[in-house]
Amino acid sequence: MMSLQKATLFALYAVLELAEDTDRQLSASEIAERYNISTNHLAKVLRDLGRAGLVESVRGAGGGYRFCGNAKRTTLLDVVQLFEEVGTGPSSGIVQETNAGAALSQVMDEIEEITYATLLSISIDTMLKLMRKRRPEKPTSTGLFRAV
Amino acid sequence: MVDAAQDTPGYNLVTIGEHKINIRPAVKEDLPNVVALDDRTTGLRKPDYWDDLFTRFGNRKDLRFFLIAEEGDTLLGCIFGEVRSWEFNSVPCGWVGTVSVEPNLRMGGIGSVLYKEICRCFRKAGVTKIRTMIPRDATDLMSFFRAQGMMAGPFIQLETDMEEGA
Repeated sequence: MMSLQKATLFALYAVLELAEDTDRQLSASEIAERYNISTNHLAKVLRDLGRAGLVESVRGAGGGYRFCGNAKRTTLLDVVQLFEEVGTGPSSGIVQETNAGAALSQVMDEIEEITYATLLSISIDTMLKLMRKRRPEKPTSTGLFRAV
Repeated sequence: MVDAAQDTPGYNLVTIGEHKINIRPAVKEDLPNVVALDDRTTGLRKPDYWDDLFTRFGNRKDLRFFLIAEEGDTLLGCIFGEVRSWEFNSVPCGWVGTVSVEPNLRMGGIGSVLYKEICRCFRKAGVTKIRTMIPRDATDLMSFFRAQGMMAGPFIQLETDMEEGA
């Protein structure tokens, strides 16, 4: 039920793409093209990731961004929380003062807690393992997640 | 990283960096060290619990496995698990009861070696699925199992406080 905001999703794409090969530098436009997303929006997200110490920009010819975080210590939650709040208490819009609202809130909180625990327990390194398991890596210039 | 020194599941000699780590089934004499490790890890000293667990797990080589990792005479970690199939419509699976590693050696690969070895034991016992259950707030443990490739399974743990007379 949880859907990630665009900026969060872009950040995760960028972090995972760059963390796959920490020696490699990719520009915002290269990553954006790969995922078929807005370069301008991604560039802003990359600046946020840079401020958080997860990526660094490399100037000059062949420059771009590279991952500079600790893949084993950085969790999905660390990235997600840069852009949106997770596990912040009672679901918004639910009227807590009613029995139905309180019961609904209890269920929504349960979902939220599971989401929080899941994002907190999965490191970038674990994600990279999952990615390698799911598909053999091959360079492509087309959007990996483009709708067809 | 891993050199299979012996073919028998439950036994292995593994090299991590400069350390040669021996994996083998626990014996009664290991219990004081296991109790001390658990004490350092959890802050709780439970000799009776481990003695009971050893009685139930340590002597069963077919479906229950209690393995330790050691370097020389120094205990570095332990793991136990069993083949079980009592959940609703659950086919037999390997169930990891606990994994514990010397706190200052964590993230060094010892837990992974123990996990892989108990997987070999489970495979020999004929199961292909491995499960565990951990508290949501046990972040390190949860991350460890995630790093082994574990994902949420088809079961959800449920509980309630029993009402008076229930």
